[in-house]
Order: sequence, then C-alpha cells, then structure tokens
Amino acid sequence: MKRWWLTLLCLVIALPSWADNGAAEKRMLDIAGELRCLVCQNESIAASRADLAVDLRQQIREQIQAGKSDAEIRTYMVDRYGDFVLYRTPLKATTLLLWFGPMLLLAFGLLVLATTLRRRKSSVADALLSDDERKRAQALLAQTTDNGT
Amino acid sequence: MSRFVWPLVGFVVLVGFLGFGLTLKPSEVPSPFINKPAPSFTLPQLASPEDTFSPEAMKGQVWLLNVWASWCYACLEEHPVITALAKTHGVPIVGLNYKDIRGEAISWLERHGNGYVLSVSDTQGRVGIDYGVYGVPETFVIDKDGFIRYKHIGAVTDNAVRDTILPLIRELEQ
Amino acid sequence: MIPEIGHFSLILTLFVALAQGCLALAGAARGNAVWIAFARPAARAQFLLIIVSFATLGWSFIVKDFSVAYVAQNSNSQLPLLYRVSAVWGGHEGSLLLWLLMQTGWAYAVSVFSKQLPDVMVARVLGVLGLVTAGFLLFVLLTSNPFERLLPAPIEGMDLNPLLQDIGLIFHPPLLYMGYVGFSVAFAFAIAALLAGQLDSTWARWSRPWATAAWLFLTLGIALGSWWAYYELGWGGWWFWDPVENSSFIPWLVGTALIHSLAVTEKRASFKNWTVLLAISTFSLSLLGAFLVRSGVLTSVHTFATDPRRGVFILMLFAVVVGSSLFLFALRAPKVGMGGRFELISRESLLLVNNVLLAVAAGAVILGTLYPLFIDALGLGKLSVGPPYFNAVFIPLMVPALLLMAVGPVANWKSAKISALMKHLHVPAVVALMVGVGAPFMLGRWSALVALGLALATWIATAVVKGIVDRMRATRTGLRAQPLSWLGMHLAHLGIAVFVAGVTLVMGYETEQDVRMTPGSTVSAGGYDLKFLGVNKAQGPNYVAEIGDIELSRDGRILRLLHPEKRSYISSEMPMTEAAIDANGLRHVYVALGEPLTDGAWSVRVYYKPFVDWIWIGCILMALGGLLAISDRRYRLKRRERKAALVAGGATS
Repeated sequence: MKRWWLTLLCLVIALPSWADNGAAEKRMLDIAGELRCLVCQNESIAASRADLAVDLRQQIREQIQAGKSDAEIRTYMVDRYGDFVLYRTPLKATTLLLWFGPMLLLAFGLLVLATTLRRRKSSVADALLSDDERKRAQALLAQTTDNGT
Repeated sequence: MSRFVWPLVGFVVLVGFLGFGLTLKPSEVPSPFINKPAPSFTLPQLASPEDTFSPEAMKGQVWLLNVWASWCYACLEEHPVITALAKTHGVPIVGLNYKDIRGEAISWLERHGNGYVLSVSDTQGRVGIDYGVYGVPETFVIDKDGFIRYKHIGAVTDNAVRDTILPLIRELEQ
Repeated sequence: MIPEIGHFSLILTLFVALAQGCLALAGAARGNAVWIAFARPAARAQFLLIIVSFATLGWSFIVKDFSVAYVAQNSNSQLPLLYRVSAVWGGHEGSLLLWLLMQTGWAYAVSVFSKQLPDVMVARVLGVLGLVTAGFLLFVLLTSNPFERLLPAPIEGMDLNPLLQDIGLIFHPPLLYMGYVGFSVAFAFAIAALLAGQLDSTWARWSRPWATAAWLFLTLGIALGSWWAYYELGWGGWWFWDPVENSSFIPWLVGTALIHSLAVTEKRASFKNWTVLLAISTFSLSLLGAFLVRSGVLTSVHTFATDPRRGVFILMLFAVVVGSSLFLFALRAPKVGMGGRFELISRESLLLVNNVLLAVAAGAVILGTLYPLFIDALGLGKLSVGPPYFNAVFIPLMVPALLLMAVGPVANWKSAKISALMKHLHVPAVVALMVGVGAPFMLGRWSALVALGLALATWIATAVVKGIVDRMRATRTGLRAQPLSWLGMHLAHLGIAVFVAGVTLVMGYETEQDVRMTPGSTVSAGGYDLKFLGVNKAQGPNYVAEIGDIELSRDGRILRLLHPEKRSYISSEMPMTEAAIDANGLRHVYVALGEPLTDGAWSVRVYYKPFVDWIWIGCILMALGGLLAISDRRYRLKRRERKAALVAGGATS
C-alpha cells in the first residue's frame, strides 16, 4: 500500500520533468509562442533552445501554476524586457500604421486601378483606319499574298 | 511629371531611414527599468553563502551592478575595466554571479582579480530575469535612492567608462 | 601569386565594365556604330575575367592557402574538399564574387541570345548592366576584397560555419543569386527602353523570357533555402519570416507581378509605365535585400558579419542605381502613350488585380520587415515584428489572388463575360467545395482554415486540368502540341496549388513532441512508433558526433532505423543537430536529438509532418512551369530567321 502511494508521489514529482504533459504545458507553449527570445532574436521563447528561453519557459510554467492569467504573464515579461519581447506586435498608437497599413494599401491600390480603368475607357479610342488607309492596307496585303507563302 | 515623381520621393525617404538605421543598434534591447527602482532581491553572497545581500544595503551610494559569469568570455574581456573602475575610481561594484557554479566563480575571481565589493550568487538566474538580463555581461548604474539610471549591454569598454559611465556617476554623486 | 592574379582580374573587369557602360550608352545616344559594337565583346570579356577571378579564389581554397584572409576565415585543414569549394561563397566577400559571376554571366547570356534585337537596344541593355557590374566591383575592391592577404599566414583556418557545411549551401546561394541578379536584365531592358524613349509591346515581348528565367531561379533558390532550414536547423520549421528570408521573398512577389504585367503589356501594349516601374522595382528590391543582409541594420540569424563601412557603400550603390532609374522614370514616363483598352472584366483587368494583390503583399512584408527600424529611427522605442504579424497580413491577401488564379486563364482578353467564366469554372467550384468540406473529416479533424486551404488548392488544380483537357479537345491535338508557354503557365499554377495544399496540411495536422527518452522507451507520432535504442559516439572528418539509434515501426512492423546526430565541430565547438527524417512523399517522420539528460536519457524531439514535401514539390513545379514558358517556340528565333531567309530566297528565285 505504502509503496503504491510512493510510486504515485514519485510520478507526480517526475511529471514536471517530462516535457510533454497536457494542458498546462500547451498553455505555456502558447504563451511562450507569443514572446520573442532575446538571445536568438528571431525565434519565439517556445521554439528557442537558448538558456534564457529555457529559464523563461520554466518561469512561465511556475506562473501558470501560481494561477496567473495569460495577460498577467505577458505583462510580467514586458515589465522586464520591454515591448520588444512581444512576438505578436502589440496594437498601440505607434503600430497603427503597421497593422492597418496593408489594408489601407490594398484599398488604395484597388481604388487607383478602378479609377484608371474607368478613365481609360472614356478617353482611349481604338485607332480606326480611315478609308484611304484601309485601301492601302488591302493593296499591301494583296501584294504579299502574291509573292510569298 | 506629377504622379510619376512619387516613386522617387518615396525612395528618397526610404534611403533616409536606412541611412539613419546604419547608426542604430537593432539587437540591443533597451531596458524598461531606466529611471525606475531597482528590483529588490535577497541572494546569498558568493564568498560566504550564510550571509545575504539586498540592493537596499547600498542606498545612499551610487553603485554598479555587474552581471558576470566564469563561463562568459566577454566578461573576461571587460573584467580589467571593471576592476580598474572599482579600484582606481573607487566606484562600489556589486557582482551578480549569473547561472554559475560557486567553486568555479570563486577560482575565476582568484585568477583574474576581484574588484567587487562583494558578489552574490544567482544560480537559477531568477534575479537576472527580474532585471531583464538577457545576456552576459550587463552592467547597471544605480543611484543613491536605488533607481536604475543606465544599463550597459555587453562588455564595458574603456571608452564607455570614460564617455558615459564615469560622467554619469559624477553627476549622480552631486 | 595566384590570388594576386584574381585581384588583378577584378580590377581589369572594373575598367572593362566602366568602358562598356560609358561607350555603349553614349554610342547608343549618338548612333555611333563602333561604340555600339563594343557592347557584346565587352560583356564576354567581363565574364571571362570574373571566371578567372572566381577560379583563383577557388584554387586558394582547394590548396588551403591560409595566407589569403578570406580563406583563413572560412576554411580549415580538415574541411572536406567539397565544402572547401563551396566555402568560396560562404562568407561576405566570396558571396559578392559569386554575385559578380552571375552578373557578368547574365550579361554574357544577353550578348549571346539577342541576335534578333536591334544592336542599339542591346548596347543600351549591356551598357546598363556594365554600370551595375562596375558598381559592385567598386564595392568589392574598396570594402570587401576576397584576395586580401593575411601575413604571417596562420597555420590553421577558422573553419567554415558548420551550419553551411551542407549540400543545401552548395546550391542555395548560387540559385538565389541567379534570381536576384537575373532581374537586373529586366531592369536593364526597362532602363534601355526609357532611355530610347521607346516603350511598346515589343519591349515587353523581349523582356518577358528574361524576367521569367530570373523568376524561376529565384523560386528554386528560396525553396532550397526553406528546405535546408527545415532539415538543418532541427526545429522542423520551413519559413520564419526572418528579415533575410523576407529580403528574398519581396523581390519574388514583385517579380511574379512583373511576369504577369509583362503579359498584359505584351498583348495590349497597355500599362507600360506600371510594368516598367515593376521591372525597376524588382531589381531594386534585390539590391535592398543585399543591403539589409550585409549592413547590420536588421537582426537575423542569417546576416553576414557586419561592417558599417560596407553598409554605407551598399546604401550608396542602392541610392545611385535606384535613384537614377526612378529619376529617369519620372522624366520619361509622362511621354509614354496609353495603349489598347479593355473592359472592367477581362483577362487584362484580372491580371492587374493580381498585380495589386502581389504588390500590396510585397508592401506588407516590406512594412513589417522595416517597421522596427522606422520606429527606432524615430526614437519611438524598440519593438519587434514577427510571424504573427506576417501571417495575419499575408494570408488574407493571398486568398483572393488564389481565387483569381483559376479565373484569369479562362477569361478572354479585352472583354470577358461573367456567364462564360461561370460556365468554365462550374466544375472546379463544385470539386473544390466537396474536397474543402469533406477532406478534413477524412484526415481526422475539421478546421475552417484547412477547409479553405484545401478548397483553394483543389479549385486551382481542377481548373488547370480542365483547362488543358478542354483545349486539347477543342483543337483535337495532344498534350505536346499545346504551346509551351501556355502549358508553363498551367504547370506553374498547379505548382502553387500543390504548395498551398502542402502548407495547409502540414500546418493543420502536424504534431510536435519534446520527450525525455531512456533506452527502450517508445513514443508515438502520426500512427508510427519510435523506440529509442541509445546514443553512440562517432568521429567525422572534422567533427565528433553522438549518433542516436531510433527504431521506426508501424503496427508492430519495423520499418527502418533513424540516426539523428548531435555534432560538435572541432574547430568552432558549435553544437549542430542533424535531424533524421523518414520521408515517403506523403509525410515526414522527423527526429532530432535535444540534450543529454541523466541516466543515459536524452531529450528527443519528434515531429510528424504530413505532406510537407508538397511545399517544395510545388515550388519545383512552379520553376518547371517557368522553364517551359521560356522554351516556347516563339523565342527560338534562329529557326524563324532561317525560315525567313528561305522565304526571301524562294521569293526572289
């Protein structure tokens, strides 16, 4: 009986040392996936193998166990490392252009296209041959049919 | 001429930004702690682990917190500069021994000189995280009221000492 | 001595390039036939001289001449021969020499494959290319000379970065540069046309094969880079929206817009200014990419070692080349005529919407890549822009483009009727809906994004197949009788469909596990079982490795042994992970060793990646489509010339 409890206890202690366990781990990876690793700056903390990333993942695990919300954990990181640590660029006054730029650019592009097409329609007329020119063209065509293949 | 000039105009603006960008340092992450209180901690001292140290003990002095480790090559490079700063200029410097092994840290100091007032052991790196440390070495200048005034990322050079750190210390001592 | 020959060769090339640039352009402006005739031989001379230079650098690597600084920095006495050769382009200076090889190579190709073009035009094109080459030569000679000596010569070199000691490295930069530099030809054609004041559909027809050729190389280069990152970096990722990756992707997007826009200008002689602007932009963006990678302005795992002097020089080169082109554009564009008209719904207008979508996508990627720099320069702080932004912005832009991909080829030029379009697209729509809704259920888990991706891929693929079948039926001819450029278009579009399917399925159904394994333990992924047998030490030519043995089995039947490695290169002590991948075209089982833990256990990463190969197969199909397009009959003018000669001969007799 005692041994059974002991085994369970060991399992429970061992559990955090196995990396692949359940919902808390997934939540940690989700949060860590939105934070930038400052050592290998183009990876997220979830993906990076750097020491600091390993430490920070552990820190996030502990904070999850302490019952902090996702927003609180993110604020914890931003307090220490600044906005740079947010992998998903925050939406602030300084990033409005970033987040809305492409949409605005698309609207602008389509607008310019539509206006240009409409303007062309009304101003360009296909060059039509005048009667003289048509007769000349026909004569020339007749010539070539005689000469070549 | 009118609308066909816009690509050129846009391009000139872009080149302007890129040119200015050459003067910046993109991988340096500025500290959000500038002009904020230095985070508190209590850590065992490296030399005598039964004793602890907290930054509050340094109130009333202008001091430096230098993050170092025996496994860090750049720390070795900056160490003479740090030691000179402590010994020649009399600046109190506390070492934060980051994610290191006590025995190796102590022998490192014995081998290369110890200008620190004392060093504390941050074996887990937790205090480092609290200070927003992301690489070693890093150095913080903290004023008499315990506020962080400057963070130097990377090895402290003679130039940095002469041009930035010493003048700031003199100013803060006023 | 030999490196000095290489250095001297570079200096000679500079003079020839400058001479070619000045004489050819001046000659074209004045109509001086002698100066114009200088252009072609000068292009050939430059190519030969650069080959000499390149060969001397290669030789220095092969014989391990560490007195050459660049060789000492990028090689090592234990480096295998194959990597000693590829190390030539492993560092900044050597990669520039590779760039020059490509630049003069493309110019040489233009000098050879341009018999049907008027000499004045060729002179202008080669002249512009010569000036660009001269700019790069100045850059190399003044700031990045690969032939600089290091005296006294070190006994041992620093070794090639282990990440680069790989077959992928051997081909990735050359293919990529073929693309980047190839777009300089379309650029030169555009400048030549602006200089001549002659911008018409003929110009578009001549530029098109060159633009398509550059595009197909760039596609292959990017695909190879992605594949290499996938298996070499050990994280199973194939695209990171890293600034250097973006630097190659932005010209690709604009280059794709260019080849579509050239189609419109060729057919209808319209939107010439826009096409010219695209041609100038594509190469300009290649130059911008070169700047971003080498100047230290952006952080990336890929960047070369940076030196501010180099950054300044490239920026100046960039400013001069692009600034003068855009200035010329501003001057000459207003004088260009308007060209043919077409309706609001027509193939031309659909192609132009494609252009808008691709240009905006390129703009979005540029915005995201440079935004941190803008904000920092304005003193507004430091922020970072990563994959969450790029994915959120790029994917919605591409969805309409993918939708249009099936519509464009069936729309008539000049004016298309919606009812006709719907008739053609009725079958693809139904099949796409069926697959989109049904397939995710069969694959295990329904998700709206997977449904959308698969529906789009099927939509395009079905339209391609139907289009080909319809035409074969209508003309009553076989597959081989169809025009190659038309087949090329369909093949390239099919490649995109395959790519989209691969991306959708991988992102929808991949699994990743990071587990602690002791010898004998098993883990499951994607229906497969992987048993960890242990790790043994082994010695490589210039590294020490720990090789894992993993038994891959399914339903109790053992399939094979996988051997992921963890290498420690002797010279640099950089730990490298070599992943072990079992691939069968439909899925990858990917295993990488993590860290050694206590008691002989290791942390092991196991990935199951369904259909990931389709990502790169799709890219290969795209490139093949491009290859077909440039092999089209109408570009084989030797035959036409011969035929015309026969006709003329026959007429006079």
